[in-house]
Order: sequence, then C-alpha cells, then structure tokens
Amino acid sequence: MGGFLTLFYKEILRFRKVAFQTVLAPILTAMLYLLIFSHVLSGRVSVYPGVAYSSFLIPGLAMMSLLQNSFANSSSSIAQSKITGNIVFVLLTPLTHFQFYLAYVLASCVRGLLVATGVLLATSPFVSIPLAQPAWVFLFAFMGSAMLGTLGMLAGIWAEKFDQIAAFQNFIIIPLTFLSGVFYSIHSLPDVWQQVSKFNPFFYMIDGFRYGFFGVSDTSPYSSLMIVGGALLALSCATLLLIKRGYKLRA
Amino acid sequence: MLPAIEVRGVSKAYGAVQALSGIDLDVAQGEFFGLLGPNGAGKTTLISLIAGLARADAGSVRVMGHHVVAQYQQARRSLGVVPQELVFDPFFSVRETLRLQSGYYGLRRNDDWIDEILERLDLVSKADANMRSLSGGMKRRVLVAQALVHKPPVIILDEPTAGVDVDLRQGLWEFIRQLNKDGHTIVLTTHYLEEAESLCTRIGMLKQGSMVVLESTEKLLKRFSALKLRLRMVGESLPESLQPLLAAPASDGEWVLALRDCAQVEDVLAELRRSHREIAGMELTQPDLEEVFMSIMRGD
Repeated sequence: MGGFLTLFYKEILRFRKVAFQTVLAPILTAMLYLLIFSHVLSGRVSVYPGVAYSSFLIPGLAMMSLLQNSFANSSSSIAQSKITGNIVFVLLTPLTHFQFYLAYVLASCVRGLLVATGVLLATSPFVSIPLAQPAWVFLFAFMGSAMLGTLGMLAGIWAEKFDQIAAFQNFIIIPLTFLSGVFYSIHSLPDVWQQVSKFNPFFYMIDGFRYGFFGVSDTSPYSSLMIVGGALLALSCATLLLIKRGYKLRA
Repeated sequence: MLPAIEVRGVSKAYGAVQALSGIDLDVAQGEFFGLLGPNGAGKTTLISLIAGLARADAGSVRVMGHHVVAQYQQARRSLGVVPQELVFDPFFSVRETLRLQSGYYGLRRNDDWIDEILERLDLVSKADANMRSLSGGMKRRVLVAQALVHKPPVIILDEPTAGVDVDLRQGLWEFIRQLNKDGHTIVLTTHYLEEAESLCTRIGMLKQGSMVVLESTEKLLKRFSALKLRLRMVGESLPESLQPLLAAPASDGEWVLALRDCAQVEDVLAELRRSHREIAGMELTQPDLEEVFMSIMRGD
C-alpha cells in the first residue's frame, strides 16, 4: 500500500510542479472556446429546449478538458520516464502490476477532475448552468478520466518517442473528443452521422456527464454508464495484461 | 546457505542477437563478485534479468531464494541495483528522490537512514539541490544512494565508476567495501580491471554471451598469468637457451621473459652468468587481471 501511495503522490507532485502548463493553461483554453463559440453561435443554435447554447457548451468543454488532460498526464509521464530511462526506479521496486496501473490512472483522474472543476468554476460567473443530478456528473467525470488515464498509459507504454504520443493524441483522442458532441447534440446531425457517433465511446461520456447537469440527454444515462463502464473495464484489463507481460517496459 | 543469486541455464536473445546462452551462476551471500567482459558480452543483460528489468527466454533466476518472475516482490525487496546509465528524474531534489524511492518500498519514515547515506556518499551539501543541477559524479552517487534506501542484502553495481574522478572513485570503493563487510553481497561490473582485482574475491567473465571463466581472483591470476621478468643488457644478446621464455619479441637491449614462478628467476640468472652476460637492469612484475582478461578474450 505504501508503495502505491508514493507512486500516486509522485505523479501528482509531477504535474503540480508545472501547474501553469498542466492545470491553468487548459482552463484558459476552455474559456477561450466558450468566448468564441458562444459569441458566434448564441441565439442561432438551440440544442435542448430552454437551454442556452453557452450553457449547453460548458459541460462539454469541461469534459473535453478533463479527457485531454487525463490522457496527457499518464501518457507523458510514462513516455518521458521511458525515454529518459528513469522509469527503472519504479520497475526495480516491489510494486505490484495493479498498484503500478492504479497509481498512474488515479493521478490522471486527479488532474482531469481538477481541470474540469476549474473550467466549471471559471465559467460560472459568466454563464449559469443547473446541476440537476451531481452524482451522475461525478460518476461520468471519474469514469471518463479513468478511461483516458488508461488510454494514456497504453499510449505511453507503446510509444518509443514523443512523436508517437502526439500522433496518438492528435489522430485518435482529439477527433474522438471533437466528434463526440462537445459542441453539439448528435440529434442535430444527419441520420448517418448520428449512427456513426453511437460507435464513439467518448459520446457516452459527454452525454452522461451533461445529463447530470440538465437532466436531459441524447441517450439514456444508464446505457451510457454500461458502455463507458464496459470500455473502461476492457481497456484496464488490456493495460494490466501488457504491464504483467512487461510489454515494452521490461525488454 | 542459500545463494544470494542463483542463475540456472539462462538464455536471452534480442532478435537475431543471442545476448546470453546457457548461463549458470551462483553468488554466495556475503561475496564480492566481479562480472567482467568486453562491451556487448552480455553483462548488462544478465543484470537486467536478475533485476527483473528483462525476461529470460529460458532458465530461471532467484535472488535470496525468490524467483524473479513468480516471486518478484520478495526478489526485488532483496535487491538494490545501480544502473549503468546516468538516469534521474528532473522534477525532484536529491532528498525528494531518496524519499520517493524509500516510499516505493513502503518505507515512510526513512530519514535517518537517508541522512546516513547522504553523509557517507558526501552528498549532504546537495541534499536540497535539484537533480538537474548535479555534476555527473554527483548523479552517480545519488544512483548508489537510491539503490541502498531499502537496505537490500544484495547490491548490484553496473559500471558504478564510469566517468567518476579518481578521488570520488576511492571514496565510493571504500563505502562499498564497508557495505560488503557489513554483510551485503556485492556484484560489480567494471571496465577498470585493477578495481575488480583489488575488490572482488571471485570473478566471472562473459564472452559473447557465455560464461568463459568463473573462479576466485587469486586462482585466476595464478592459472592464467605468469610472472614477467624484464631484462636490460647493453650490447648483449639473449642466450639461445632462454629464447623459449620470451614473452614478446625483443626490443632494443630489452627482453621480457615469462616465468612460471619466482624460483625460475634463479635459473635465468644462472644461465646468464654461465654465458657471461652483463645485466644492466631487471624488474620482476606480478601478473594482473588485465593480462588474464586480454588473454582470455583473445582465446589463448
């Protein structure tokens, strides 16, 4: 237990030491998105009846920031430790495979949740949004950050250079996030694209998260929970298997 | 007594390169063991297998009786490794680094021991300095400190003195010798053969992934290397009867003879007297590990 807590604490310390880059910058970016999109689209787009576009946008932006930062935390930490070689200090210790996995993922959750909370707090003076069911909000935020923290671990373990992390982020994570309904409801899409969106697990994270605020969503929060939970479980098992085998960690 | 390290039939290939083939090795508890070999012989691969940083294709490795894969937690608790690469985490100071390393082993209040290691490795003044700001030699000492935070019974040092200046090297060896006296088993790889010769009680030599030598330093020196007698004679030639002893082609007025033992010096001197040669100077040198190493690696 002590070993796990130390690695978890070290991973938090790591992003806390560069908090401008890891926490404050993404909050600022989300606020810029809000400023621009709400300026351009407010009054022209109505997503849910009685919900202003800027209100609709905020949970999406919070979730998007949460997902991207959770991914960035574990992927950059592992890739950096592997490339500089200092991951050896962790690999030499008696930490179990599960402790190793959990410490990186939970630290990613902490960063993702911090950024998302920051986005919600920073935007609250400008746009007020309801909080219909806080438990759903927390549940989807936690599961979303855990899933992206896990994906970040997979990317970090697989990558041999930073270029590959950037590719993973730019060609997989960002498209899946942007096309998941951060900026729109999938009901506004043509039928084909609505069907395609339903294969995107990120859609369910954002949709369920938004349900917690408005009590309205594109799909049932229970089915979203099942799908996100299933995806998280599958990815966690895959990551644990790679760690157990020492894939690209123990040559 | 249980061996500190037990390697049985271990092989490891990286693609088409056979890094290790069929290695057997026992290192006894309390031993100071030297693992030697040229670059690429497999030393670091063998250390990685013992430390669990790599997986063997065949065979088994145990540390203090614990299998390094099946009982990896116990095996890793018993082992401290100083890696060859000068790696460090740029986010932390020396003390933070050592506290974190202790924490990974579940040791929360380890400051007394950390202070002692800092003291003995002459790092006290750098305790709060960031790792990035340290010189290469300092970073190397922190690596040694990190390997010791959990007081492991077995310590492996992979080239610990590469790029470290003479002063520091002496200090480091004194410290490691003390650890050995305190009962720690030490395994060392080094390119400085005189270090291995003076520190290690037993030597293993790897060549192209195979263990070609495994015996006590003393026996090794006796078995592989002869005494050398360096003779200087002005305007003379070497008597015919001594020609078979020549260790190297003669140079101007100087001959190097290889002798079995000290008693043979008398025979050589008697022969020189008999043939009326006048000796201008002579020097008797002891065998050293470097010669042994060179002759083994050449395949003599």
